[in-house]
Amino acid sequence: MDQFTWLIPTLPLIAFLIIVGITYRFKLLSAIVATSFSLGSLFLAISILIQKIQSPKTTETFINWLTLTANQQTVLTLQMGYLMDPLAAVMCLIVTLIATLVLLYSIGYMKGDDGFSRYFAYISLFTFSMLGLVISNNYFQTFVFWELVGLCSYLLIGFWFFKPAAADASKKAFITNRWADFGFLVGIIGLFTHFGTFNFAELSTVISLHQNTLVLLILGLLVFLGPMGKSAMFPFHVWLPDAMEGPTPISALIHAATMVAAGIYLVARGYILFASVDSVMIVIAYIGGFTALFAATIALVQRDIKRILAFSTLSQLGYMMMALGVGSMTSGMFHLTTHAFFKALLFLGAGSIIHAVHDQDIFNMGGLVKKMPITVWTFVIGSLALSGIFPLAGFWSKDEILTVTLQHHFMGLFILGTLVAFLTAFYMFRLIFIALFGDNRSGHHAHESSWTMTLPLLILAILSIIAGLVNTPWFYQWTGMSFSTFLFFKEPEVPVIHWSIAVLSSLAAMSGILFAWIIYSKQQISADKLAQRFKGAHTLLLKKYYIDEIYGWLFNKGLLGLGKVFNFIDHILIDGLFDGTATLIRSSGVQLRLFQTGRLQQYALVLFIAIAAMTIWGVR
Amino acid sequence: MIGLSHYLLVAAALFCIGVYSVITKKNAIAVLMGIEFMLNAININLVAFNHFMAPSQVIGQVFAIFIIGVAAAEVSLGLAIILSLYRQRHLVAIDEMDILKW
Repeated sequence: MDQFTWLIPTLPLIAFLIIVGITYRFKLLSAIVATSFSLGSLFLAISILIQKIQSPKTTETFINWLTLTANQQTVLTLQMGYLMDPLAAVMCLIVTLIATLVLLYSIGYMKGDDGFSRYFAYISLFTFSMLGLVISNNYFQTFVFWELVGLCSYLLIGFWFFKPAAADASKKAFITNRWADFGFLVGIIGLFTHFGTFNFAELSTVISLHQNTLVLLILGLLVFLGPMGKSAMFPFHVWLPDAMEGPTPISALIHAATMVAAGIYLVARGYILFASVDSVMIVIAYIGGFTALFAATIALVQRDIKRILAFSTLSQLGYMMMALGVGSMTSGMFHLTTHAFFKALLFLGAGSIIHAVHDQDIFNMGGLVKKMPITVWTFVIGSLALSGIFPLAGFWSKDEILTVTLQHHFMGLFILGTLVAFLTAFYMFRLIFIALFGDNRSGHHAHESSWTMTLPLLILAILSIIAGLVNTPWFYQWTGMSFSTFLFFKEPEVPVIHWSIAVLSSLAAMSGILFAWIIYSKQQISADKLAQRFKGAHTLLLKKYYIDEIYGWLFNKGLLGLGKVFNFIDHILIDGLFDGTATLIRSSGVQLRLFQTGRLQQYALVLFIAIAAMTIWGVR
Repeated sequence: MIGLSHYLLVAAALFCIGVYSVITKKNAIAVLMGIEFMLNAININLVAFNHFMAPSQVIGQVFAIFIIGVAAAEVSLGLAIILSLYRQRHLVAIDEMDILKW
């Protein structure tokens, strides 16, 4: 099956070309093309994953795409190829599965939109780029597809480009990523100049033998800038909440399940580079942990349903990054997998609600449970999974992360993670009690969505329930496999439940739900009074710690000020030098031409005086 | 006894008169006349030096004759320019001939 790996990204590319070239005018046909080709990729990904589990070996195939020579010596070889190992197989499965479900869902969600075909073409292009990124076997190809997914993200955030907010958000996402990708590119080039190859496998061999930790430290941090941008780690997180201006299924596919996880995936893929220097790992862990807490606190006070989910995504990405940073690739990737399912579920559920209510403010919703039961109950399942309630998917992956954090003696991060678990449960159930239950506050006429929208919700809900079981002791006893089987070839790590940690994190989540219930459902404690009481903190959170304002100020004052300085240097100093020379010559010409009186006799006089002077001087 | 220095003084006086007339006269004809004065002062010099310094040779006289010839050509050219200018603009005042001026 391995030889068909290249087909996985190619099928969506073909779908993209067909939609752009042929079926652009026929809306439904475009949707069918995109969905069926994506389904084809999904089947391929499943069969390759099954094969990988049965016979775990890495397949690498590449062609030399570009060879540069100087003096008959090869100086640069750019490869294009694929590396199919269990890690890539798992990621391929996630991407194709979510993409297929989102495409199916979008048929209902985007019905009647003018850009219907364009939308499906973009998603196909995105799926192609994302899969190309996942299976790539070297940093260079990764970078190419990395930029392609960034482009697709830009196109899809700005899908409704006639809305100024969407156009601004797409620019913001692109530019923020540009900053991060610059560091990433420098890092990749640095890797090449230092080790002479872009290839992952070759690099891991070379790096493990390398001794100079300073070089590895610098390169590791530079390359890590890329994942920081894509996975929206602090301080590059600003683009992700704004990216919610795009259509909701896009938020589910790109900005929750797949593209933002590409950063996590890349850290896992190039793990040896980061793991070789302890301080890089500590930086990764603390940036992840900080982002997790930072975003979770902002999510507490937001009113827009999609923004709450966006900050929740930020927080969970921070969790994954923290897990990778403390040294456990398995738990990070495991959380990526389960998170992809339940966060896609939550976003699609949110989309279904927005589709029905035509509003994104959770305070304008309420009383949805009787009108759209499938959406509401799948949304509740997703929230329970996200909060980490036993025995749903989130419980296992979150528990795993907390366990490894403690095992690697990161006590601070462990406490932080538990706190984030509490906050996560609280803000999710705040959303649920306000938006889904309670009274109908705005007099909306919501109704359940069509089957194309509810079917993906049901499938994702089932996955959100069972996906976590893969990494449980019971599953290990039954099949002899755990999640790490899918990532490594060595003997699988035996999953162990640490009951004390499990109980602690469950308690944190439960108390979060309880608080949310008391405040927003029973209304024993008034939320408004709490906000009044802690007015400063509330405003700070509502304004997202003023990060956007700080950036705005930095750009306005800093960059524009710098621009003014450069303007002064260029226009006043440099231009002044040249203009001044020209002016000097012209004005001296103006003065000098007064000598040219045109009076013959003056000339003659000068002539005679000169001759007389020369004569006198000569005689002496 | 009249010696070389007397001739030279006459020549110098003539030359200065010529320079003065070239520099100060408004009339183009008078300027040309000043130039003739200066040329003739040179001629006197040449002839006088020839007579007192090397009487056996006649180089000075030959030079003087050449200068007289060249001066004739020069004067005819100058008069032609002045004439054509007069036909065009009806003036012979040298300080108003400024059509080539910036």
